[in-house]
Amino acid sequence: MKFGIVSFPGSNCDDDAVFAATETLGQPAVKLWHKAHDLEGSDVIILPGGFSYGDYLRAGAIARFSPIMAEVAAHAQRGGPVIGICNGFQIACEAGLLPGALMRNAGLQFLSMPVTIRVENTITRWTALCREGQCLTMPIAHGEGRYTVDAATLERVEGEGLVVFRYVDAAGEATEAANVNGSLDNIAGVRNAAGNVVGLMPHPERALDTLLGSTDGRVLFESVLAAVHA
Amino acid sequence: MTATPRPGDPVITPALVAEHGLTADEFERLRRMLGREPTFTELGIISALWSEHCSYKHSRPILKSLPTDAPYVLQGPGENAGVISIGDGLAVAFKIESHNHPSAVEPYQGAATGVGGILRDVFTMGARPIAMLNSLRFGSMDTPRVRYLVGGVVKGIGDYGNCVGIPTVAGDVMFDAAYEGNPLVNAMCVGLLRDDELIRAKAEGIGNPIIAVGARTGRDGIHGASFASEDLSAATEAKRPRVQVGDPFTEKLLLEASLELIQSGHIVAIQDMGAAGLTSSSAEMAERGDVGVTIDTRKVPQREVGMTPYEILLSESQERMLVVAIKGHEDEVRKILVKWDLTAEVIGEVIAEPVYRVTEGDHVVAEFPGVRLVTDCPQYHPEARESDEAVARRARDVHAVPEKPQESDPAWTLEQLLECPTIASKRWITRQYDSTVRTSTVLGPGDGDAAVLRVRGTTKGIAVKTDCNGRYVYLDPRVGGRIAVAEAARNVACVGARPMAITNCLNFGNPRKPDVFFQFREAVFGMGDACRALGTPVTGGNVSLYNENPQGAVYPTPVIGMVGLIDDVAHVTRSAFGTEGHAIVLLGENTNELGGSEYLAWVHGIVAGPPPACDLDAEKRLIDALLAAIGGGHVASAHDCSEGGLAVALAECCIGSEARPMGAQVDLSAWASLPLRALLFGEAQARVVVSTGNAGAVLAAAAAHGVPARVIGTVRSASAGLVITVGDRVVRADGKRLATAFHTALPRAMQRAVAVVARDPAVAGGTR
Repeated sequence: MKFGIVSFPGSNCDDDAVFAATETLGQPAVKLWHKAHDLEGSDVIILPGGFSYGDYLRAGAIARFSPIMAEVAAHAQRGGPVIGICNGFQIACEAGLLPGALMRNAGLQFLSMPVTIRVENTITRWTALCREGQCLTMPIAHGEGRYTVDAATLERVEGEGLVVFRYVDAAGEATEAANVNGSLDNIAGVRNAAGNVVGLMPHPERALDTLLGSTDGRVLFESVLAAVHA
Repeated sequence: MTATPRPGDPVITPALVAEHGLTADEFERLRRMLGREPTFTELGIISALWSEHCSYKHSRPILKSLPTDAPYVLQGPGENAGVISIGDGLAVAFKIESHNHPSAVEPYQGAATGVGGILRDVFTMGARPIAMLNSLRFGSMDTPRVRYLVGGVVKGIGDYGNCVGIPTVAGDVMFDAAYEGNPLVNAMCVGLLRDDELIRAKAEGIGNPIIAVGARTGRDGIHGASFASEDLSAATEAKRPRVQVGDPFTEKLLLEASLELIQSGHIVAIQDMGAAGLTSSSAEMAERGDVGVTIDTRKVPQREVGMTPYEILLSESQERMLVVAIKGHEDEVRKILVKWDLTAEVIGEVIAEPVYRVTEGDHVVAEFPGVRLVTDCPQYHPEARESDEAVARRARDVHAVPEKPQESDPAWTLEQLLECPTIASKRWITRQYDSTVRTSTVLGPGDGDAAVLRVRGTTKGIAVKTDCNGRYVYLDPRVGGRIAVAEAARNVACVGARPMAITNCLNFGNPRKPDVFFQFREAVFGMGDACRALGTPVTGGNVSLYNENPQGAVYPTPVIGMVGLIDDVAHVTRSAFGTEGHAIVLLGENTNELGGSEYLAWVHGIVAGPPPACDLDAEKRLIDALLAAIGGGHVASAHDCSEGGLAVALAECCIGSEARPMGAQVDLSAWASLPLRALLFGEAQARVVVSTGNAGAVLAAAAAHGVPARVIGTVRSASAGLVITVGDRVVRADGKRLATAFHTALPRAMQRAVAVVARDPAVAGGTR
């Protein structure tokens, strides 16, 4: 199964995503240049973290216009798996692949720390191997991760079970204290209706190795691998 | 050809010369060098190149005393960064640099551009940056101006490094009124490269084109190098426009483009246009290659119209590189830059004629004979004499300082020290830095005594740390210089790494003051002593002088950036206790020393006494013993004793991990004859607190290396708190209270009132 990792100017987690596919999963991976019009036969697309175009405008607002994004949207439309991580999540939201938007953290500070997130549903391509309610620990590193959405859409997002991950405390409770960036309803990640596109602020690709403190990110990548092979 | 003035150039008067920071003697030297009157452009060039920042005119003779050799040193001082081999065909490039003055007037941009500059120094060696560190010194957190500086500097560092995607993993932060008005902002970058990809900034090949790469040149930062070479004063605020503005997004593109360029084989040299911009980068490359250069300022891509050669040469616009390409390969170079949406313009040529020539179109505006513009700078050997005040402070009998009534319970004192900003948890700062990007951070901020990065494709790890206790250096520069190196080495050894080499950032006051030059000379000699004893050569660094404000000089602060090597990352060791029931072993010996301690400074407001003695032989044996024990798999945690002494070290071992606090039962009765406060809070060197499941093996390793060692207690659960028995005295400290003091001190201090921008330097300076 071939992973395509999009490199926008300013992406800085693209190498980490490549390592996740190759070193951890043993799958082929290719970096896709933002100016390209071809996914080079990728089965799975990762929109990686970073600061695309410096994020000098709203995060992800310029990257969505990159030529490659039309191909990514078409891939998503066909039901191909896509994951947006951190800046990739912001880009996916800006591109309309996912509902909502990411705003400045409530405390106005960049936050780099491990967080615990709870898996809210397992029908997505990226959480198929999770248990519902399973808690995963992985790092966040963002200044604009406060998930927000208008009231009507929130009703749909919650009503249709589009929330995939919530920030929780050690006991698995979605408390205010656990909601580090002030996201609406502690939302850390969402999916599209079909479940093939998932976006989240935490970094699963940074939680693949006991040496680095957590392997909780593996299950996401293993899920998509199983889903595509199935 | 000879240079002639441009129409509109100001007339060169003694006042103009003085304004450029040149002495009358230096100006005379310039005239002799040229054999005629200099043009305004030439005066500008020389004022930058002969500034302290570029020329090292006061420091070079002393720096020559430092050891720089080891079999694994691939590049010593004199290049953009030092490089050491780590085996497996891999090498590490690293360097530290200051951005003190810019950060004093514009903390956000000053710190951000400091990060940008040091990144470029490392990737111009062909290395991919893998880690950033910062050594910061601020005044007392009690003043709003200091809180404003802390907030701005931290945000500046974070925003730049986070955007470029290099993890900021370690550093050190200290607070003392001595840094009021003149904070220290030192940034260190560490990069990884294949040793066959090492490239140097040496102009070569007559006829080869010189290419300006990256951002366009604007009027920002003109005279930054000279600005860094004078005291901060009431007029400093007016120099805010000399601070450059950073663009980390362009830096990220430049990083990728530069590495691609280096790997392409189309270029022979590359250098950052850092301090003194185009002037120093071109002059230094020419000097290293022993060739002439000619540059046409009209061809330099500009972001403003009407810039003069003087402005173009001295601009410190950020995110720019100077490249010497192979003749005929210009298009390939351009192609790579265009891919990254950056510009590349040929602006000059390497020439056989030994001159440094600048033209504006056909008009020669500057021409210097010879190619040694930088080293032709005068060198100074100023008078060195210790100040009476330092002698008197050192001589003071600090054991006679009466205890405060509250000190009858040492748990009170311990709590006080844990909330002293210098000792307290720095998490408020470090969580604003992305420390996990690049997925190689094995130990990040607060995890261990040093940070550890894994090296993909090997079992190896690189440990990095910065250190310097300026108070020690102030009280005894020779000893303080030794301790700075020894402590950095000890910290790196605590995580399981063999100390390999250092870079240093020498932050001092005005070298023309005899007491400052004495501090400088002795501190460098002390560093040299320690580097020789510990086998850690100096591979480069930076000198930052004139760190003064109207209240006086900062503490002499020679910051050490240490790099260590771990053969097997499986043996990386954290600093906090982790397992109930493990034995606690103290390696090293407790002493009756209180001088220069954080205890005296924080609890009593006294900076006096001799700093702790530094026995370099004992330090070396301690490191060897520790590495033997860690390498044998016998050590669960290791933490050195530094500011706050043994009691603070033990407390940090208990509560250092916010997520998994522990407790400890400790018995120090073996040292019951020492005064209690010296035992608990004195800062004797060469001590490490270890927890282990195999005390016998640790004691044996210590004995084999002649290191005093003793089991002093047992790791308990958090609810036990920290209990220290000394003869018939029992000190009981509640774990939760200690943790609250330690973890909330910094956020509490930062939240105190709203940080106000104190623009009036008279207010900003505060009092000492």
